[in-house]
Amino acid sequence: MSAGHRAGRGAGHRAGPSAGHRAGRGAGHRAGPSASDGAAHTATVTNVVLAGLGGQGVIKASDILADAALRAGLDVKKSEVHGMSQRGGSVTSDVRFGTAVLSPMVPFGEADYLVVLGSSEVEVTRPLLRPGGVLFAPDLIPDADLPNKRSLNVALLGALSYHLELPVEAMLEAVKAALPAKLHAVNDAAFELGRKLAAAQGTIR
Amino acid sequence: MERQLLSGDEAVALAALHAGVALGTGYPGTPSTEILESFDALGGRAQWAPNEKVALEVGLGAAFGGARAIVTMKHVGLNVAADSLFTAAYTGVSGALVVVTADDPGMSSSQNEQDNRRYAVAAGLPMVEPSDSQEAHDFFLTAIEISERWHMPVLFRMTTRVCHSKSIVMSEGHAAAGSPRSPHFEHDINGRVMIPANARPAHRRLRAKLAEIAAWGEDSALNRVVPGDPGLGVVADGVAYLHAAESAPGASFLKIGLVNPLPIGKARAFAAAHTRTVVVEEGDPVIADSLLAAGIAVESKPEMYRFGELDVSRVRRILARDISPEPAAGRGKPPELCPACPYHTVYATLKKHHCIAAGDIGCYTLGVLPPYQAMDTCVAMGASIGVGLGLRHVLPDEEARRVVSIIGDSTFVHSGISGLVEMAYNPPPTGHVVIVLDNGTTAMTGQQEHPGTGRTLDHGPTNKLSIEGIATAIGIQSVTVIDAYAEPERFEQLLLERLAASELSVIVARRPCILAAADIRRWEGQAAALRAQAAEQAAFDLPLEER
Repeated sequence: MSAGHRAGRGAGHRAGPSAGHRAGRGAGHRAGPSASDGAAHTATVTNVVLAGLGGQGVIKASDILADAALRAGLDVKKSEVHGMSQRGGSVTSDVRFGTAVLSPMVPFGEADYLVVLGSSEVEVTRPLLRPGGVLFAPDLIPDADLPNKRSLNVALLGALSYHLELPVEAMLEAVKAALPAKLHAVNDAAFELGRKLAAAQGTIR
Repeated sequence: MERQLLSGDEAVALAALHAGVALGTGYPGTPSTEILESFDALGGRAQWAPNEKVALEVGLGAAFGGARAIVTMKHVGLNVAADSLFTAAYTGVSGALVVVTADDPGMSSSQNEQDNRRYAVAAGLPMVEPSDSQEAHDFFLTAIEISERWHMPVLFRMTTRVCHSKSIVMSEGHAAAGSPRSPHFEHDINGRVMIPANARPAHRRLRAKLAEIAAWGEDSALNRVVPGDPGLGVVADGVAYLHAAESAPGASFLKIGLVNPLPIGKARAFAAAHTRTVVVEEGDPVIADSLLAAGIAVESKPEMYRFGELDVSRVRRILARDISPEPAAGRGKPPELCPACPYHTVYATLKKHHCIAAGDIGCYTLGVLPPYQAMDTCVAMGASIGVGLGLRHVLPDEEARRVVSIIGDSTFVHSGISGLVEMAYNPPPTGHVVIVLDNGTTAMTGQQEHPGTGRTLDHGPTNKLSIEGIATAIGIQSVTVIDAYAEPERFEQLLLERLAASELSVIVARRPCILAAADIRRWEGQAAALRAQAAEQAAFDLPLEER
């Protein structure tokens, strides 16, 4: 993991990506899929894999992300396996969105973004990421800065949101819709924290 | 037009609501469980049955009565229900009966990966299979139409990915399958009473209906051709179609939505129009074998792709005829018993005393994993008791005395009771010990109610089955209820005593599931309040002088 793209850091950047920021991050770090990824239709699909252990909020986070894509008017599919894995085992959830999504599963090694909620799961899931894909590991968010330990998933979604084409409003609405009102303030803060850290770091490898 | 992001299970529930389904019943089983829970949440009438066979029979009765019914289960559940299913194919129905079988290729949470498309062929029933949530909704309505038009049960096959993946569903929000009829009973002894004299013509009627449906299926929207490259045609069903469409974007597709009877004529024309035609299907080569048997030149996938789920990468390999070893998937952390699971004490004790444990299906199957590794067999729902008895019958005395059967509360109600009857009827010389792990819920599938909890699917109060009462009534000599978690020493002492005795013993280790305990307390509180309210009302209803 590196924090190489500090050039874009600064108070003016806290609101997230703009055309200027994208330029600042450099073409090599353009995170979204490009036409060179393969067949023409996949070029319009963004692949996100969320991973962690049962109980860490992986499913909730992927529900929020998928709902944000729905709110943004995109086609979206989300897939994970429930059941035995709920008992503290490894969980991954795939979210794919774009103009038209076919398979509900992110092909192996083709994730554009990998969001990992449990540090033990980082190395296990890293092969899911495509070359040049972006990893969001839990140590991106310092424990001490997190308003609530349970909001790590939303903080990492905040970080992810900095890189996505999805309108940030859709993400925030989806966070609110998924959580009870008493948790809204805490999770808004967590989301903003993650988004700021992502902006500060540029791209995390 | 409503636009929602739904799982396949939720989409089926929504369609059941739109179709005016009068009754939904089933037994919890991953990945099918959420269908009835969602149907209930949407306002439908949904209930858990003690097992899949009873569920099917209740659904069949409802459909005999002219109503529309849905019955849900996982793939292995259909094994339990199969006895009634096969003859229901002969009797047919007056209303509609759609039986959802949710297969689990790759075994995310199952003991086998049987392919239930075989059941449709074996029972002679139409089978409809969706690929995503939109189709789960739309095809369910079609399944209701088929069931009512041909007066027969329809199998609705889903798989884990289709059940649990979420995708966008557009729905009109009202019945698209016409209005259900008002239930009423019409005598039809020849059609419904399957003595041989009635069953012989019934079988011929069944085959005639299937021939009609086969002809209908040739032009049905369930089976769709997507034209493309004449060099490559792909025949696919279920989620495999979506993987294939992504893997080979330029190819032609014959997408099969009616898996039985197959559109043989359409497939023949499709194969003839393409230089190469490949069947892409998860699990057994069911479609490929049928088409090949009909003399249609298709290519079946290599044998290695019979195992596990398909995905885009694997379908690319199938299309490239690549049979080189696949990259091993990274192994994450396996599941485990919750840290505060009440069953820890039981497994620690079994391990300490080198017990031979005939196990069963549920969360507690995780006792097989480290640190305990205290389960020696696990085959099917309820199998622990019969398997334990068989071991007791043949093992030398010293080993036989260490055999115990371990079964959960919901599993016991599902199919353990008849095992206990066998135990009383044919007791082994060394006796036997059955431990019922009673955590007051169907924990593994997500904490569903069952007859032993005394609450219905929506957690409201109902009659409560007593496990110890049943054991006593069956004639088990020693029946003890204990909280093994709270009293580990007493549990150990009890187990050793019962293993030493040449008697029949049932030990009910009772303590609520740690994940469900808070909910159980809340539901019990609500039930108590309801009872108090009812008592007050009853007192009020009495004549004044009796109050």
